[in-house]
Amino acid sequence: MNPTLPVGADYVRILPEIVLSIFGMAIMVLDPLVDEKKSQQLLGGLGLIGTLAGLVSTWIMAQSPGFAFWNMVQVDGFSVFFHVLVIAIALVLILTSYEYMAVQQLRAGEYYGLILFGLVGMCLMSSAVELVLIFISLEISSISTYILAGFRRRSATSSESSLKYFLLGSFATAFFLYGVAMMFGATGSTNIDAISAALNSGKVPLLAYVAMALMFVGLGFKVAAAPFHIWTPDVYEGAPAPVVGFMSTAPKAAAFAVLLRIIFEANAPGRFWLIWLSAVLSMTLGNVAALVQDNVKRLLAYSSIAHAGYILVAFAAKPELGAPAVMFYTAAYAAMNVGAFAVVSHLANENERYVTLENYAGLGRSSPILAGTLTIFLISLIGIPITGGFFAKFYVFSAALQSNLVWLTIIGVINSAIGAYYYLKIIVVMYMREAREEVPVLPIPLALRAALALTLAATVYLGVVPGRMLTFVQQSAQQLLQAEHTSAREQVGNAAVPRATQ
Amino acid sequence: MCTGWYTSDMAPVATTFFFYFLSGLAILSGVLVITRKNPVHSALALILTLLSVAGLYLMLYAPFVAGVQIILYVGGIMVLFLFVIMLVNIERSEREKQFNQQWLPGILAACGLGLLFVLIYVKGKALFSQPVITMPETENTQRVGMMLYSNYMFPFEIASLLLLVAIIGAVVMAKKRI
Repeated sequence: MNPTLPVGADYVRILPEIVLSIFGMAIMVLDPLVDEKKSQQLLGGLGLIGTLAGLVSTWIMAQSPGFAFWNMVQVDGFSVFFHVLVIAIALVLILTSYEYMAVQQLRAGEYYGLILFGLVGMCLMSSAVELVLIFISLEISSISTYILAGFRRRSATSSESSLKYFLLGSFATAFFLYGVAMMFGATGSTNIDAISAALNSGKVPLLAYVAMALMFVGLGFKVAAAPFHIWTPDVYEGAPAPVVGFMSTAPKAAAFAVLLRIIFEANAPGRFWLIWLSAVLSMTLGNVAALVQDNVKRLLAYSSIAHAGYILVAFAAKPELGAPAVMFYTAAYAAMNVGAFAVVSHLANENERYVTLENYAGLGRSSPILAGTLTIFLISLIGIPITGGFFAKFYVFSAALQSNLVWLTIIGVINSAIGAYYYLKIIVVMYMREAREEVPVLPIPLALRAALALTLAATVYLGVVPGRMLTFVQQSAQQLLQAEHTSAREQVGNAAVPRATQ
Repeated sequence: MCTGWYTSDMAPVATTFFFYFLSGLAILSGVLVITRKNPVHSALALILTLLSVAGLYLMLYAPFVAGVQIILYVGGIMVLFLFVIMLVNIERSEREKQFNQQWLPGILAACGLGLLFVLIYVKGKALFSQPVITMPETENTQRVGMMLYSNYMFPFEIASLLLLVAIIGAVVMAKKRI
């Protein structure tokens, strides 16, 4: 026996994860050493540098595509895309949290550390091609999010949110793990390429359908798709507003990356009706329930369920059309939703006092900048042209139409129309209604300006010149789908025999 | 051929009798877990359930899984469990109503599970048609170790980050002021 050791290239392919964990640990170590008053700026700044370093190391990682650690991790356009996406979301989150944490009088240390640790999990979820590793990184990302949700310790709703998320989330993870075990029983491997080869080589065992359904339950919970969405409004209502913007986009994007790998790369059996049903339920339940909300955070929570439904529509489409549409949608949704929550968290003020729709009355006059930015994000969430939301919806529905999913497309378009109502309601309240009580609007600090500028730029960029992004997602989706045919064959042998014993 | 601890003239332990004995014990004590009102009794019954499941693993020639089952569940988690029981008020919980009256979902779930059982009973062989890979018992743990430190090194190492995050979470949640 002569165990092979990992070489340098292996480490380069997980460089972003290494860099982010180092920064996370540095923050944890520095936390007790620095003065409490300065800790906010210092540790937040360190977190910000950490995410920037993460982006740089993603670029370095992208230069050496391939497999690492014995087919555990795969670096390709697909994983680079999701690395950049989740790290960018975290960057905006840290910029937003700067002011928020000070206003809420929360201690900073663990907060920024947990964001970076959660990022490691999410990044790994997008590059892992081994179900065991996917499970562990899913847990890293989930546990960090559970704790971040409960960070407003003085508020009972925040603790409730954290506990609810934790209990239901662990339950959902158990489903995923059970599915992984079943998949191993059905195909004899936990490597996605090997599973793909086994499932495509003739008769699909009955057990694989059970495994697929169980894994879909687990991941469906993470992306808040109906009928696994019950937790969403309560958790989003209680969690700190910037964190909601983060957890409605980044862990979701990572979970969608895993779904893309499992569903499209492994060509999962019996997925069609499962996804069809879940997409229709998510869109309809999310949009209809959002109509009657008067808390903005709850409203956006239901809207995020509806958007998960739109993304699932693309999963029902043909792989070569659906995969790029999913990737484009997650990026566009991230830009607009994180931006919208940045505005919400600025207005929330101490103890998140002002989060009802009523409090937004007269915002158009008292703070034209905030009202204007929020309007653009809401327009994008509706899906009106010149914003990213329009092209995202357009690609999803055109992918569905080209795959002959006429009914699904019709239901989706009707739902977009319903959705327009409640987004427009916020805009109407901001500009057309007089404020009944005085809602103080704090001056906008520099960090928040940067966060808003970044998200605004991304939203408009994706809406005006989506071409480059589209070519990129199409190329990386191509790589993802080709991997099934090229590498699966050569890897079956490798996966079955441990490299250490060769 | 087989380098296990028993020789060919000894009868293997994996007899049908043991299988039914252990399964029956597991089910019986599992029922006790949910029907006892005193949480201490429930916890003790749970230990028995986990132990009999560990016995089933041994019968399947998976000594490593059986060992992990005993060390992790029976040992670690049960100690934790008993601590929690000591800290909560048992007398009050005994007086409280312990069952929610969700009859309809309960019946539906029971019917679904029953269908699954029938399906497995009828089509059981087809479901798990692949032959089980048998591994010499003495090498089992060794091979798991080899895999953990070679092919599965990365998930094994990254689990440390998971533990770190969990510890931080526990501390954050338990801290008096934040």
